[in-house]
Amino acid sequence: MNLTETQQAEIAVNRANYEKLKAAGQGATPRALPDLTPKGGAALAEEHIVSHETIPGGWYVFGRLKAGESLRLVNPTGRSSVALVAWNARDVSERLNHADTVKVQWSADLRKGRLLLSDMGKVLFAITQDTLGAHDALMGGSTAASNASKYGGDHRNTRDNFRLAAGKLGLAAADLPQPVVFFAPVQVGAQGRFVWNEGKRARSDFVDLRAEMDVLFALSNNPHPLDPAPDYAPGDVEAIRFRLPIPIDDYCRTGSPEAIRAFQNNAAAALA
Amino acid sequence: MSMFVCDPVEAIHDFEIAAGKPWSHRLRKGQRLRVIDSYGQQAVDTLFYNALDYAERYSAQDTLREQGSAYVVEGTALISNEGRVMARIVANTGGPHDTSAGACSCESNTVRFGHHVKYQHACRENFVLEVLRYGMTKRDIPPNVNFFMNVPVEPDGALAVIDGVSKPGDYVELVAEMDLLVVISNCPQINNPCNGFFPTPVRALIFAGPEA
Repeated sequence: MNLTETQQAEIAVNRANYEKLKAAGQGATPRALPDLTPKGGAALAEEHIVSHETIPGGWYVFGRLKAGESLRLVNPTGRSSVALVAWNARDVSERLNHADTVKVQWSADLRKGRLLLSDMGKVLFAITQDTLGAHDALMGGSTAASNASKYGGDHRNTRDNFRLAAGKLGLAAADLPQPVVFFAPVQVGAQGRFVWNEGKRARSDFVDLRAEMDVLFALSNNPHPLDPAPDYAPGDVEAIRFRLPIPIDDYCRTGSPEAIRAFQNNAAAALA
Repeated sequence: MSMFVCDPVEAIHDFEIAAGKPWSHRLRKGQRLRVIDSYGQQAVDTLFYNALDYAERYSAQDTLREQGSAYVVEGTALISNEGRVMARIVANTGGPHDTSAGACSCESNTVRFGHHVKYQHACRENFVLEVLRYGMTKRDIPPNVNFFMNVPVEPDGALAVIDGVSKPGDYVELVAEMDLLVVISNCPQINNPCNGFFPTPVRALIFAGPEA
């Protein structure tokens, strides 16, 4: 295709802009990602805890969070993975979008300091504490068929758990976004093959997710499809709902130009 | 390249999809769709629905889980949210295709590139317009396949849209494994390399299945 000089000049400007954004997004601008939370760190005081639920292995929970409330997911046995889906409580057509989450942040590496984004350029959750930094944003959870082919027989699975949660929230299967999965050390290796790094997962790992708008959410506690354990044996998981003051210099809100702009979109929508 | 590639002169339909525009078409089971990147480096954002039940639609995560790897290539089975095979990629000259980075939208573009790009055309606009024609809404738009979009994922998770590897005339061809509604946004993005910063037209050829 023959391009005019003006077109070529526009292309050059847009390419230069993109390279600048990419360098910033994949670098440490304006702030480097925070260190992972030490095991046993970031203890929660009783007065900050709103409620506490144990999710038995294989099961699910669902609920609502107000903006500013958090969930701490604790993996006491180290043998569970927890999938999450979420919606804007004021407009459930806005929901978690794993593709925008990884594209906008220039990374599939969900970890402390990063955000979970909606399909409308806004922040659903900020990952404020995280002891392992090994979560899955690309592959998602299990199905009845994937469990049957792996373990034989009939086992509780991520997809059906989320269908139950969505149904009880008054939503349809079509409203289910693709999940992200915590405590799921999935990496993309050579030739694009997915690799599981079991060594990154340990007993008592936890991750804190702070709701950045009023949300509906569902959690499913099932073995990840890549979990190498030969038996279907997910441990119980703790889900602690709490509220802590948000620091002025909160990393998740200020750590990258993308985060700052996404929170500007949240702020604009909150006025509506 | 597959030995079963169809001859373009045998196509039963030959559509030109203008730069930046949406397109949709019903594909019978057994029919083939060839998407031709006429000018090279043009992302073609694509969704699939079961033509008899739109609640069953393409699922990027099911597709990647079943094949155990991160890109759409020759041989990839495109899987639905019901775990069924919707289509298979039977030929591909255009490099690995992305299915993890989704479609551009006015809203996500503001986060990625700055609020000044909010009022630029985007794939989500195309998808919304096109699926509304079939009685669907934004709720029915899942993360899609991006033919000819090059998004390597590094071992440390780093991920970016980089220059496409498709040359003028490269194509990807798939066979429908169920009756499908195919919805395409010929990507209008000018702020990243997915279209070489200059969106161009693509072609869609349809070939009859063996029983037609």
